[in-house]
Amino acid sequence: MTAQDTQEATGPETAVPEATAAEATAGATGATGSAGEVPMVVAQRVRKRFGQLEVLRGIDLKVRQGEVVVLLGPSGSGKSTFLRCINHLEQIDAGSIHVEGRLIGFRRSGGRVHHLRPREVTRQRRDIGMVFQHFNLFPHQTVLENVVEAPVGVLGLSKAEARKTAMELLTRVGLAEKAASYPRQLSGGQQQRVAIARALAMRPKLMLFDEPTSALDPELVGEVLATMRDLARDGLTMLVVTHEIGFAKEVADRVVFMDGGQVLETGTPQEVLDSPANPRTRAFLSRFL
Amino acid sequence: MATTQPPATRDDPGKAELPPGAVPVVDVAGASPVRHPLRWLAVLLLAVLAAQLFHFLITNPHFEWSTVGAYFGAQVIGQGIATTVELTAIAMLIGIAGGVLVAVGRMSENRVLSTVCGAYVWFFRGIPVLVQLVFWYNLSALLPRISFGVPFGPEFISGHTNTLITPWLAAILGLGLNEAAYMAEIVRGGLLGVDQGQTEAAAALGMGRARILRRVVLPQAMRFIIPPTGSQVINMLKATSLVSVLALADLLYTVQSIYNRTFETIPLLIVACLWYLVMTSVLYVGQSFIERYYARGATRHAPQGFWNFALFRRRPDAPSPAADSPLAKEET
Ligand SMILES: Nc1ncnc2c1ncn2[C@@H]1O[C@H](COP(=O)(O)OP(=O)(O)OP(=O)(O)O)[C@@H](O)[C@H]1O
Ligand SMILES: [Mg+2]
Repeated sequence: MTAQDTQEATGPETAVPEATAAEATAGATGATGSAGEVPMVVAQRVRKRFGQLEVLRGIDLKVRQGEVVVLLGPSGSGKSTFLRCINHLEQIDAGSIHVEGRLIGFRRSGGRVHHLRPREVTRQRRDIGMVFQHFNLFPHQTVLENVVEAPVGVLGLSKAEARKTAMELLTRVGLAEKAASYPRQLSGGQQQRVAIARALAMRPKLMLFDEPTSALDPELVGEVLATMRDLARDGLTMLVVTHEIGFAKEVADRVVFMDGGQVLETGTPQEVLDSPANPRTRAFLSRFL
Repeated sequence: MATTQPPATRDDPGKAELPPGAVPVVDVAGASPVRHPLRWLAVLLLAVLAAQLFHFLITNPHFEWSTVGAYFGAQVIGQGIATTVELTAIAMLIGIAGGVLVAVGRMSENRVLSTVCGAYVWFFRGIPVLVQLVFWYNLSALLPRISFGVPFGPEFISGHTNTLITPWLAAILGLGLNEAAYMAEIVRGGLLGVDQGQTEAAAALGMGRARILRRVVLPQAMRFIIPPTGSQVINMLKATSLVSVLALADLLYTVQSIYNRTFETIPLLIVACLWYLVMTSVLYVGQSFIERYYARGATRHAPQGFWNFALFRRRPDAPSPAADSPLAKEET
């Protein structure tokens, strides 16, 4: 697949239906009925600049429900920025991003587009989990408190209920016995697995991973990738920025190569990683051999 | 010494018998410590000075230690102390609450708000507290009447400034508003000290701005805010003595009014000094406890036990973290 194919795949004909009043209610009910029809993420000609520097120059990307997409690209190509636009940590300048058919950060009414209020943006972020390169666990809270914080504070779950789910999640990432530890008492790999559990505790429909293993010692990378592989197997929709080519080959449904703020190539791991069509993809991948 | 061996040092004759490249068997346990003759001299000098000071305190009759003893527990002194503590507490509460508001306002994206808050800090930090106190006290000369109501509209309450702004209120306003300016800078420094990634992680979890501030940023900023705030409280306790110019019966004013009658100036000042020292010492200990609370999770060590902490004992080295747990998939 080439860049042109990508344009076509997310072009106007398959674009998200125009916003209607019904859209909000469809989103609120979890869109479970239409699973498989509404794509998880649709980015259309997304542009973003920081001052003079145009970091995203018309990104088109579609992520289907349950799909694992790995985003590759050289440093400074805008991968992190794009990921942060999806949950509106950065505000896009042009184009649009829909998650489960809902426009992110803006709302359409009467043929015009309006900015959402901070409160509404906050609400949209509930369904989108994010895992950061530097974990960003809350150091003043224990592992359990980290995982329980948002479900109790944001979703309004009871403490007991939230603790129960948190312990299940910590068991799942293999850290149940560390529940009472503080993040700084854990290794990097353990911290990142707690961060994953913390994001999962919000029951997100989409998980964004921004180089989750880049800050880890090589021997700790495996445990985090194993946890992520586990999530992918369970059908969680994931958009992963990583330099772990092996992980991409094994787990990704699709690999997207970005450079200079544009998507240059997209396709199956075999297509993009083994026989890249774009010379820049080839040059980038040659560094990993 | 064998001449065929590599040159050996005089201090280490054993080395001469060793084959080249080998190292002698040495055990550093029981090594004699380095001597510090100058340190001993300094200790001796200080001991002599301390003895002299002690002699001076005991033998100088002007201290009138019996008078000090008589007044130290007097009820009137107790009332002065109560006023001092009350002023410190209320002014500090105003200072902390106001400081948080001004700090958050200064960091706001709203330009007008941040400029106004910056101007507040500039103004109140730029004028001596004593001048501010006197100014509040004399507010009636500037504004004979104070009223609350709709701006340029009807009034709800109004009254003469002189009856509204009592010396007590002037003291609270002067000390509290001044303190808010200093606290604002301390709080702002603390908030800036918290990694931006914390705010982002919390936002990505769907937490709103107020909740992020309250649950994530402020608790971490506390580690930076508490130590300077502790010194602010101690400073405030001492600064309350300035209100004696407003004829407010704090500790200093109380002893002053006694010695103006009895001329026992020095012993009464000593009573005040001793009480100020007692209060600041209590604050110092309290501050240490609060610091310890907010330091939780800040180091890789488990929190220190109470008695180790209270007796300034060094914490025993925390055990190394247990070996990594097995992966989830290996367990299932
Ligand atoms: N807040 C910001 N202000 C100004 N410039 C920024 C900001 N964030 C990112 N940039 C710039 O945008 C460009 C893309 O950054 P981004 O972090 O998205 O790259 P990346 O693809 O994630 O790179 P890496 O692999 O190194 O993480 C970089 O040149 C970076 O300097
Ligand atoms: Mg990045």
